[in-house]
Amino acid sequence: MQARTALPLTLIIGGGILLASMIIGLFPTLFAPYDPNVFDYNALLQAPTLAHPMGTDNFGRDVLSRVIHAYTVDMQIAIFATVVPFIAGTIIGALVGYAGGWAEALFGRVVDAVITFPFLVLVIAIVSVLGPGLVNMYIAVGIVGWVFYARIIATEIKVQKRLDYAAAGRAMGYTHLRIIFRHLLPNAITPAIVYWMTDMALAILLGSSLGYLGLGAQPPTAEWGVQIADGKNFMATAWWISVFPGLAIVVTGLGFSLTGDGLAEVLRTKR
Amino acid sequence: MHLASFIARRLLQLIPTLLFILIMVFALVRLLPGDPASAMLGDRALDADVARINKELGLDQPIVVQFVVFAKSVATGALGNSITLKVPVAELIATRLPITIVLTLMAALIAVLLAVPLAFVAATRRGRMADSAVRGAFQVGLSMPVFYLGLILLTVFGAQLRWFPVGGYGDGFLDHLHHLFLPALTLALSLSAVLMRNLRAAIIEVIDAEYVQFARAKGLPPGLILLRHVLRNALISTVALFGLSIGTLLSGAVITETVFAIPGAGRLMIDSIYARDYPVVQGLTIALAVLVSLTFLLTDLVQAWLDPRVAR
Repeated sequence: MQARTALPLTLIIGGGILLASMIIGLFPTLFAPYDPNVFDYNALLQAPTLAHPMGTDNFGRDVLSRVIHAYTVDMQIAIFATVVPFIAGTIIGALVGYAGGWAEALFGRVVDAVITFPFLVLVIAIVSVLGPGLVNMYIAVGIVGWVFYARIIATEIKVQKRLDYAAAGRAMGYTHLRIIFRHLLPNAITPAIVYWMTDMALAILLGSSLGYLGLGAQPPTAEWGVQIADGKNFMATAWWISVFPGLAIVVTGLGFSLTGDGLAEVLRTKR
Repeated sequence: MHLASFIARRLLQLIPTLLFILIMVFALVRLLPGDPASAMLGDRALDADVARINKELGLDQPIVVQFVVFAKSVATGALGNSITLKVPVAELIATRLPITIVLTLMAALIAVLLAVPLAFVAATRRGRMADSAVRGAFQVGLSMPVFYLGLILLTVFGAQLRWFPVGGYGDGFLDHLHHLFLPALTLALSLSAVLMRNLRAAIIEVIDAEYVQFARAKGLPPGLILLRHVLRNALISTVALFGLSIGTLLSGAVITETVFAIPGAGRLMIDSIYARDYPVVQGLTIALAVLVSLTFLLTDLVQAWLDPRVAR
């Protein structure tokens, strides 16, 4: 038995950020000092003060409250846009990598075709036809997103299946599915899990980008990208409208990538 | 000769990929709900106008005929005419796409120049101050949205310090580079973070490998070991990642061009989508997809050169 080692610092910090983000996202009203959508014409474009720690925007809305309520929307984007691609991509990638041959060749062509569309261009095109909104964004992301996981897993499985323990499994008469999912996949999945963390951060970037372009969450919904777009014409005079929502994106993204790093470390040493 | 047959095979593989792209773009416009004519003319359009536009776009023809016409127009490079701008789509692409390509190349160059040396510093000083600092800085870069970073750089270095123009493309080569520097830097930062992270991990994995220890035992100079044995093998996965990232880079260019008001293909794409100018959207999507396919081909060739096992 190996002695229990301490968790890496990256995982503790990253996990802490994510846990806090989840709690804020689930219960925003516990933390937000004001209603995020109420106009206050006596407090327009106020710089950060004790009453409004992140200032107010051009409608007198409290920026802090809007940033807090946006956690609900943006954390939802991170999870909903990535879970289905992760699961589907892992299964397909494992089967394809193990089978090799024509399955791999066919998969290679699908991958080539799907990833030759600049992701955002494809998503924007689909969303612009289906209509703006988050659900259409999930559909568009789902069509394309699984490919990246499948590619990662297939590459790993191809390496793993040539190793001695896979041959041993075959010699023992195990079924292919058992070898793939019980033996090869646990050794192949680490990069996919690490990529999943990055992908959730990317989903937030994509969601907020669409919000910024007016194709994602619709105003007056508090969403970080929408907020940054709201404030972009006030950068010189009232920077806080755009800067704080952007910081929320960066901190949340940091939470995901630190967690990814930490997980990679833990899973590597466990192996 | 393994390499020659590998190249031939890769070129052949390009054909089904391009065909698939063609079908996907064709289907995208036609299968998704809402027809272009009604979308362009609005809810109160007269039936006669809708019919006229549909005829102009060839949408009144049977679907197979439409596809043949479409494939022919792509094969000849004509790509039809823009509905709003009244000029051939091919002409629009020829003037706008080079701007995006230059922007993307500049960004890729900046990203590599940032990522490779820093990955080395971080990997060889693993767990020390320099490693933590580099990784910390790049993790921030990784989670920074392109439009946010662009907005901040534009405000600080454009509007406030006035070191760079606040948008547009300028006149003449040097002026173009001056105009494109901030947008390229904006695009480069997240890519360099991705590359750095991958390369650092790859170097760490390789640096303790037996063949590297053997090279050290033979007494080869450390610099040579790093270049010939560590970097070459560590680069294999990073080159693959770099190729995969070109699509992301072009996606980023769409947003960057919007933020910095650069008249490139990305800006044209967004404008055409808002204007529902389907021929332009179609043509641009194909052009960008072909561009990315060629990059992938190039990536595979570089990978085969780095690791001959890939070409087998």
